[in-house]
Amino acid sequence: MTDINTTTISSLVAEYPFLTSFFKDNGLDVTGSENLTLVQYFAAFDSDEMEDRALDADNMIVQTEEFIRQMNAFLGKEDDVVKTVTILPGMDKSGNAEEFQELVIEQGEIISIVGPTGSGKSRLLGDIEWVAQNDTPTGRSILINGDVPDRKWRFSSADKLVAQLSQNMNFVMDLSVYEFVELHAESRMVENREEVIHRIIEQANSLAGETFSPETPITSLSGGQSRALMIADTAILSKSPIILIDEIENAGIDRKKALKLLLTQDKIVLMATHDPVLALMGDKRIVIKNGGIHKVIETTDEERTILSTLEEMDRTLLAYRTKLRQGEIITKIQTDWKEKSHA
Amino acid sequence: MNLVTVSGPPSSGKTSVILKTIDSLKKRGLKVAVAKFDCLYTDDDVLYEKAGIPVKKGLSGALCPDHYFVSNVEEITNWALKNQFDILISESAGLCNRCSPYIKGIKAVCVIDNLSGINTPKKIGPMLKTADIVVITKGDIVSQAEREVFASRVNTVNPSAMIMHINGLTGQGSFELSTLLYSEENHIDSLKGMELRFPMPAALCSYCLGETRIGESYQMGNVRKMKVDDDND
Ligand SMILES: Nc1nc2c(ncn2[C@@H]2O[C@H](COP(=O)(O)OP(=O)(O)OP(=O)(O)O)[C@@H](O)[C@H]2O)c(=O)[nH]1
Ligand SMILES: [Mg+2]
Repeated sequence: MTDINTTTISSLVAEYPFLTSFFKDNGLDVTGSENLTLVQYFAAFDSDEMEDRALDADNMIVQTEEFIRQMNAFLGKEDDVVKTVTILPGMDKSGNAEEFQELVIEQGEIISIVGPTGSGKSRLLGDIEWVAQNDTPTGRSILINGDVPDRKWRFSSADKLVAQLSQNMNFVMDLSVYEFVELHAESRMVENREEVIHRIIEQANSLAGETFSPETPITSLSGGQSRALMIADTAILSKSPIILIDEIENAGIDRKKALKLLLTQDKIVLMATHDPVLALMGDKRIVIKNGGIHKVIETTDEERTILSTLEEMDRTLLAYRTKLRQGEIITKIQTDWKEKSHA
Repeated sequence: MNLVTVSGPPSSGKTSVILKTIDSLKKRGLKVAVAKFDCLYTDDDVLYEKAGIPVKKGLSGALCPDHYFVSNVEEITNWALKNQFDILISESAGLCNRCSPYIKGIKAVCVIDNLSGINTPKKIGPMLKTADIVVITKGDIVSQAEREVFASRVNTVNPSAMIMHINGLTGQGSFELSTLLYSEENHIDSLKGMELRFPMPAALCSYCLGETRIGESYQMGNVRKMKVDDDND
């Protein structure tokens, strides 16, 4: 790496273009000082000015160096492919060993997590996020691609193992849909930004019942539209290989399509839910009891058949909801799922 | 004993995070005490007491809260040493976004919340920029995208910090934080000879000393004027 102490600001910026915005975000105006080194640049401030602006030259140089290191690591690396996540058993709240050998979750799989509130779902997700190494209250260990994982999964802010789609998908920023996704894309430093942004909005619109435009303010999106945007955004922009979903409400969104979108992006989907339509879409489900993994159930053929029935009921309900919303008189909707399944 | 300084803007979730983290520390058999510093008012001491945590409270009143903190941190530390606590956690609010009570060689945690707006990391000075650990709270009420954008903004102003997401209501993430707060190596016997990470501002104008009248003739000491000419934009 270039010696930051002897290189001029202009050469630094030429080598690391991302420093332009880094300096700006840290309130450093370097125009006119391009021929100085950072040390010289800070030396030019008098001590009052440094104090005034709460600057600390040594700290700033250390931070700049660290930022360059992180960005190089980020830009230079091949995307880490997480093909499998393995959970090795620990124990439940009473200290009983969990009753499974090992649970291997593969890329493209959907795993449902069921169990009463407070049973330990959060701890399980916490263990995965923190890539537990027998050092959390449950004593579980997590392997990535079959091996003891790199510590960066724990400590780096750019490489998070788990992205979360929580129940409350509120937005607090005052931006249009386009600006919002753009901001996220910027922070992820994606190239071909415009194309990615449009792809996300298009996907979101295909998940939501009612469409919205890139200019719509995010705060005026309906619940379903917000969920759709969040799902499309997380699927396409989030680097995290695991997506955790905490119940997706059915209203205003095609949940099956949503899951499919996540899976086409090679994610692993973990879903905490008590909705049978969602839970049975999973390949397996983890049953949590008393803080431990009590059972791992593979979705059976009968369950899959039942799922089609449930999905049909779901569609019927949705159709009634649409009628209601459109101000119609409710009349009986014919369920024709048998015909459909033949087609 | 280990000293940990926690600070962050008002209502960012400091107490919630500290309480949940202490739960985990206690399970490891560690004895934890808290010193709460605030300006005019706080109920936090009641919350800590309710949780069975020994607590000392200090209100700076008319003094600059961060100056007040530095003037008292040694005494508080001695109190905690005398009582043989394993960890003393100080909680103080960053009231003007300028100062930070962090001490060289003492673990420094800054707590900020996702709701404070994405430009907030740029506005907070040394309190955020020189922290070892930055805890981001209230992720439960914003979207994944906002969490990611906010964390990346924090990383830009303090790349060396470890960034953690903690839900102050459920405590999700606080166990993980607790593992980073105590180590034999960080043991201290006193604060003698230690230094602040960042100097506090050289204040002292007439108003620091109680002047209430407005007008140039009453202003003495460290006074600075804004430029408000019409052509100054
Ligand atoms: N939704 C949500 N609320 C939170 C979270 N963390 C804290 N809160 C709430 O935010 C409010 C302020 O939290 P406190 O822990 O008192 O904040 P503080 O920083 O200690 O506040 P002061 O000491 O008064 O400056 C409380 O109502 C908490 O319940 C969180 O992660 N999510
Ligand atoms: Mg508090």
